[in-house]
Amino acid sequence: MKKKTKSYAHIDWSLKLKTKQKANTREIDLDVLSRDGKLTELTGRESMGDVRGGCCPPMDLFRSEPMQLVQLIIPMESAHFTVSYLGDLGLLQFKDLNSEKSPFQRTYAAQIKKCGEMARKLRFFKEQMLKAGFSPSTKSVAQNDIDVDDLEVKLGELEVELIEMNANGEKLQRSYNELVEYKLVLQKAGEFFASAQHSATAQQREMESRQMGGESIETPLLQDQEASTDLSKQVKLGFITGLVPREKSMAFERILFRATRGNVFLKQVPVEEPITDPVSGEKMEKNVFWVFYSGERAKNKILKICEAFGANRYPFAEDLGKQALMIIEVSGRISELKTTLDAGLLHRDNLLQTIGDQFEQWNLKVKKEKSIYHTLNMLSLDVTKKCLVAEGWSPVFATKQIQEALQRAAFDSNSQVGAIFQVLHTRESPPTYFRTNKFTSAFQEIVDAYGVAKYQEANPGVYTIVTFPFLFAVMFGDWGHGICLLLATLFFIVREKKLSSQKLGDITEMTFGGRYVILMMSLFSIYTGLVYNEFFSVPFELFGYSAYACRDLSCRDASTVGLIKVGDTYPFGVDPAWHGTRSELPFLNSLKMKMSILLGVAQMNLGIILNYFNATFFGISLNIWFQFIPQMIFLNSLFGYLSLLIIVKWCTGSQADLYHIMIYMFLSPTDELGENQLFPGQKTVQLVLLLLALVSVPWMLLPKPFLLKKQHENSCSLRVVSCVL
Amino acid sequence: MYGFESMTFNIHGGYLEAIVRGHRAGLLTAADYNNLCQCETLDDIKMHLSATEYGPYLQNEPSPLHTTTIVEKCTLKLVDEYKYMLCQATEPLSTFLEYITYGHMIDNVVLIVTGTLHERDVHELLEKCHPLGMFDSIATLAVAQNMRELYRLVLVDTPLAPYFSECITSEDLDDMNIEIMRNTLYKAYLEDFYKFCQKLGGATAEIMSDLLAFEADRRAVNITINSIGTELTRDDRRKLYSNFGLLYPYGHEELAVCEDIDQVRAVMEKYPPYQSIFSKLSYGESQMLDKAFYEEEVKRLCLAFEQQFHYGVFFAYMRLREQEIRNLMWISECVAQNQKSRVHDSVVFIF
Repeated sequence: MKKKTKSYAHIDWSLKLKTKQKANTREIDLDVLSRDGKLTELTGRESMGDVRGGCCPPMDLFRSEPMQLVQLIIPMESAHFTVSYLGDLGLLQFKDLNSEKSPFQRTYAAQIKKCGEMARKLRFFKEQMLKAGFSPSTKSVAQNDIDVDDLEVKLGELEVELIEMNANGEKLQRSYNELVEYKLVLQKAGEFFASAQHSATAQQREMESRQMGGESIETPLLQDQEASTDLSKQVKLGFITGLVPREKSMAFERILFRATRGNVFLKQVPVEEPITDPVSGEKMEKNVFWVFYSGERAKNKILKICEAFGANRYPFAEDLGKQALMIIEVSGRISELKTTLDAGLLHRDNLLQTIGDQFEQWNLKVKKEKSIYHTLNMLSLDVTKKCLVAEGWSPVFATKQIQEALQRAAFDSNSQVGAIFQVLHTRESPPTYFRTNKFTSAFQEIVDAYGVAKYQEANPGVYTIVTFPFLFAVMFGDWGHGICLLLATLFFIVREKKLSSQKLGDITEMTFGGRYVILMMSLFSIYTGLVYNEFFSVPFELFGYSAYACRDLSCRDASTVGLIKVGDTYPFGVDPAWHGTRSELPFLNSLKMKMSILLGVAQMNLGIILNYFNATFFGISLNIWFQFIPQMIFLNSLFGYLSLLIIVKWCTGSQADLYHIMIYMFLSPTDELGENQLFPGQKTVQLVLLLLALVSVPWMLLPKPFLLKKQHENSCSLRVVSCVL
Repeated sequence: MYGFESMTFNIHGGYLEAIVRGHRAGLLTAADYNNLCQCETLDDIKMHLSATEYGPYLQNEPSPLHTTTIVEKCTLKLVDEYKYMLCQATEPLSTFLEYITYGHMIDNVVLIVTGTLHERDVHELLEKCHPLGMFDSIATLAVAQNMRELYRLVLVDTPLAPYFSECITSEDLDDMNIEIMRNTLYKAYLEDFYKFCQKLGGATAEIMSDLLAFEADRRAVNITINSIGTELTRDDRRKLYSNFGLLYPYGHEELAVCEDIDQVRAVMEKYPPYQSIFSKLSYGESQMLDKAFYEEEVKRLCLAFEQQFHYGVFFAYMRLREQEIRNLMWISECVAQNQKSRVHDSVVFIF
């Protein structure tokens, strides 16, 4: 009953719209569609009948889901809920009805901007958390739904708080780092000055002692002079101390030298551990330097150069006593600052922790919100501006679910009127949609990587489920390795529930996504491994004893004359006796190569047969007569024939050279086959096959384009005629 | 060696050519510009750009945007791309790529020197420098008092050193000197680049010599127009022209004696490729000349992409991106200052 009243409401409401006439024409279209739809469904069933072969579940995967173009008319007030629920459902693909509008001209541009802003704040938090060494907690806090507006306000507040805290912290950190650098300079330069003074006094004392000891002849005259001038005309040398980044120290020295024409004395001492630069806040390796210069101009130049190189300068007292005092003072201030900084950091960490607890939830919410508005932007606004019109593709089976979602949305948003759901008729080709499950989805993805089937085209994904892992196993073929693979993939499958909710690394994610593919591959590898009789490349006598044995006990002539057959043929797979023999490689190569040819030809045939299914399904006889049949003939007259020869050779044990047969089938088809003859009348058969192959090439390539061209011209002229009429 | 590039070019240059062509596909189209011109605020511009390749560079900018931020971020993208290509490049492509940045280096040197002359703060000046033209000791330029010092202190370490040989004087730096220095350096740079491209040979030489000749001719015209009415002598003017290009040598002789814009026009109209540029302008007008030249340049740069297996695409791409950033700056400025009617004055559509 409830449903009925609802639908009445729909009708009442739709009458209010001024698009009555439009609606009428659409209804007519609808009729046509339902008829068409039935028709295609019927043909689909028929063609599928022979494929399905009485299997119980319908082959959903073979043909993509039947789709319909639907139109939704959603009242403004429930639009957000509707899109949200439809998004949860995931069975409707919206069409962009505003493609000619630029992003900022659309209806919900402001909201998207808001969401973008929130996302930016969240990214900022994440960055801050990463810097502080937190990871957003993966456990989802079960909290009732947060309102977007509240969230926006909250994020804004948090951002302001965090920025303020950072600014305060940065200031403190900066002065702390400066002090640390200062302390380093004091220590390093202090050491230098102490040692310099020591050596200077030593020198002086030596000199004095020499002077005291009387003026001997050996005393150089110059030195004396020098010493005396030094004392009388003492030049006041200035100096600058500071720190310079190590990678720039060489350039720094060079420029200093050039700028002052070598009239400086520069001394650098590397600091062992990297220290934090106060300006940039990054850890870097630095050198403590001190420059002695003379004159004011040189000082100005040096100061400018220091600035250019980002070298931080610190004042330094010459007096040793003052130095000691400075060091004590600086250390005291460092420890003071350290406690303040720690308190600030703790506070900040607490804040980040609280953010981290809810970060994932917020992130999800914002992302969802943004995508909802993006979707809403694809809807067109009705003339009355009271409702939004959406168009989209949905699979036919989802009609009911979509309608339910619409009803739920209307109910939850307390909307007076529900949304209208109607199916439109269109000539457009619908999108392809396969309903996959966790097993088939990985295989379907592999097929999609090569190309997505057109709407309702036969899907090779069905066959891929078997052929892909099997062909892998043909190459892999080792049951020891297969078991390893099986164990690994079983681990993933057993812990499926837990792992699927978790974030995995790139490679693990890929492996996890393909776990069922790997499962199939491992099972097939075990099988082919048994056929090849290889367990980590070692053969086992699993299915009985080897059929071959040495001629005598000493086994001397095993590698020259060979073995003799003693028992029955080895029941399954390759006889273990082949392992390690001289002829192992030629034997296995020939076996595997021939098997591969058979599998390959079978695979190609399957592909062409799928083409046939498509042609019958869509009713294109052109494709059958001018594509499928010549392709079949061409393939099978050459490679099919080769496969036949291989089987005949296996059965009869003939010594014929198949290469020779195939090559001379083309080069000299009329020649006698001689010892390469496998069956009587082979020459005639080959001639016929060759002729067929030759004929099928032009048959395959020539008529189809011309016929298509003719068809196109016909339809064009028809259209012109109808236009004229 | 013409024609053999297709055999060997891809060994070293194939990957990067693919990369640069991919980047070119990301250039804004006329449709993008039309949409951008309709923007009401800078936020709208950001929103539109977020759908383009600039998206990741702008997404973390808080909302009250400035034109400078937009330009800065867009330039950052170009620099990142350039650095990536330079990292991947082998000789001689890496040298070629480095050559592209020398122009910016000259501009930066001139910017810093002029700035310090007018007693601006060095750090403020450094922020204004183009990031592609940065070198280690650029900040030390402020120390220099005259050109000899400038050269001896700083530039001797940079690739610009050889270009300085012509303009080392002991004169103190002033605005006029600096401008002459810029043009002398540019002349030497263009000639060197031209020579380098000739040495590379093949399609690179052919295409690059066309592009560089255009560049040289444009500079010659600009120098002429800018020096009309200044104290620059004819001989000095003549010396600033690059010694190649379509105008070399007879056009240069004539340009050197020009006294007003119409005479320049008369000279240029003798050269068929430049006829079309000047035919768009009315007599006595020089304002729109820049735009006309830019348009012509963009057209030529786009044509460079029509041929394969040469280095010209790298040059062309960098230039086109720079033009695009100029366009974005103009549009943003117009939007920010509410002068949307003037948007089309200076925007050069690339496609």
